[in-house]
Amino acid sequence: MGGLFNYWFVIVLMMLGFYIVMVSPNLVKKIMGLNIFQTSAFLLYISVGKISGGTAPILTDTTMPYSNPLPHVLILTAIVVGVATTALGLALVVRIHSSFGSINEDELLDDEDTYRDFEDPLDPALEEPTDR
Amino acid sequence: MSAAANTVSLASHLPVLQVAVPLIAAPIAFILGSLGAGESARRTSAEVCWWFTFAVSVAILAISGNLAATVMDGTVLSYELGGWAAPWGIEYRIDSVAAVALLIVSGINLITLLYAKHAVVREVPERIRGLFYTAWLLCVTGMLGICATGDIFNVFVFLEISSLSSYILISSGRDRLGLLAAYRYLILGTIGATFFLIGVGLLYGLTGTLNMADIATRLPALAGNQTLIVAFGFLAIGIAVKMALFPLHAWMPEAYTHAPSPVSALLAGTATKVAVYLMIRTMYTVFGVELAFDAMMLGVILITLSTVAVFFGSLAAIFQHNAKKIMAWSSVAQIGYMGIGAGLATVTGLTAAMLHMYNHALMKAALFMALGCLFWRIGSMQIDKLAGMGKRMPWTFSAFVLGGLSLIGVPLTAGFVSKWYLILGVLEQGWWWLAVLIVISSLMAVIYIAKLVETMWFREPAVDAPTGEAPLWLLLPTWALVILNFVFGIYTALPVGVARSAATALMGGN
Repeated sequence: MGGLFNYWFVIVLMMLGFYIVMVSPNLVKKIMGLNIFQTSAFLLYISVGKISGGTAPILTDTTMPYSNPLPHVLILTAIVVGVATTALGLALVVRIHSSFGSINEDELLDDEDTYRDFEDPLDPALEEPTDR
Repeated sequence: MSAAANTVSLASHLPVLQVAVPLIAAPIAFILGSLGAGESARRTSAEVCWWFTFAVSVAILAISGNLAATVMDGTVLSYELGGWAAPWGIEYRIDSVAAVALLIVSGINLITLLYAKHAVVREVPERIRGLFYTAWLLCVTGMLGICATGDIFNVFVFLEISSLSSYILISSGRDRLGLLAAYRYLILGTIGATFFLIGVGLLYGLTGTLNMADIATRLPALAGNQTLIVAFGFLAIGIAVKMALFPLHAWMPEAYTHAPSPVSALLAGTATKVAVYLMIRTMYTVFGVELAFDAMMLGVILITLSTVAVFFGSLAAIFQHNAKKIMAWSSVAQIGYMGIGAGLATVTGLTAAMLHMYNHALMKAALFMALGCLFWRIGSMQIDKLAGMGKRMPWTFSAFVLGGLSLIGVPLTAGFVSKWYLILGVLEQGWWWLAVLIVISSLMAVIYIAKLVETMWFREPAVDAPTGEAPLWLLLPTWALVILNFVFGIYTALPVGVARSAATALMGGN
């Protein structure tokens, strides 16, 4: 298992994250689960690029094994995407809380009245239509 | 940006300009939109922002028209970003398939944007309209990027750009359920994109390259490799989430129902089409027909799921009480037709899938825009509230009926052409039972369209129902799309020819 330790770890993390996303009714915790899920993908990339005993890819006179730097760069991009997703998700949760008064999915779904109230989206703040 | 496109040196940069122009325009739109402080200044800045977005949209349509004209004879444009040669640098690659997808996105974008100018008055709060157009531009950037790039990691980046901005667009309306819909789409969309990312990572681990064409040359040697099978599975599921293929469609009906009407029209016309394009691109170009369809049995999986999607989507559409939700569920079914075409792995099947990508963009955008006209007047999409409105809004109603005919697939409409080719493709394989199923599912479309027509035309309007037609500036873009449905239903040579040459290229012939 030694050489594949990273990959086992990736699978465990991925399933943990996935489980949280599916099971937790709390919208914030779901986002955290999503984060763990994404992190497992990051680890997968880093593990693919690593060579045991490899150094940083710096040009020197002697040749030595080095780790592939490309996966790191790719994953930097993916981390940025992940941060943006988390921020947007949390911002949505804030707005859901101010609109519905709850961030618990069970309450949001089971409370049929809540749903029906909002089925008709006309908002009091809606502007009067201007004929053009 | 549009002014400079004449010079020769710029013409060679068109593949990257297609994506770079809206990308650079997005932050400018944000600045323009946030300039106004007072109420009237805010209105002006939102107006300026729209005109700016409009100019950009005209420019990107011009670019994609130009690109399409260049590649239609079979040439492939390859552009090296930053001058780095292909397998190392990022390559933008425009062939006839990509050009068709680029034209769909930029064309539908322009028409829905024209519609958005007045539709947002009712549906998007004024203070966020600058942000709305910024997200709009980013969403279009992402979709154009997916179509233009030849680098599979670049696809992931653009996929996330378009997804993140579409979550914003969906939640930007006054409909509070849009927030929940956007949240759900965010969770499912991110899981889909991460699956795609994992698939790309495994492919990179196997081949050491991210360039699609380069991966394609290295994969046949790896046939049977277990990691390859896993990578294939992750990629297929990731893309299937994005294209809302049954049973991964759960995000779509809610998202399209509760988004503002111009956003529903834009996303229904482009987002799922781009995902279908990505599916076709990954399976045919990267994996190749042999690997994807013979070794991995993608055809069986795709056709089975798509057939279920067609029936499940149509059946669910029949039982909805919200007009927009009927159309959204119908999209689940229509994606199924594209899936069946793509799953056949024949030239005729692919032609049908490409045709339906294009035709469904026209019809579904037209239908969502017609519903948006009704919403503008009524302020609700509940079927009960629509009773009798057909008589009060004859122009909107007739646009809806004509769009509905195209959705059903009545002869002389665009919808007929793509279904005709789909049935031809199915019969080519000798699967007459599948052809029968396709015809039956079209009859189910008759039921849900007829249900809306019955409510709007044959019932009496409520006493306090609003009167008057939707404003001209909402009707014009709607009718433009409706007329296009008939133009491409009658003059079929151009779309069929383009789709067939794209399909032939994908199947590896000339």
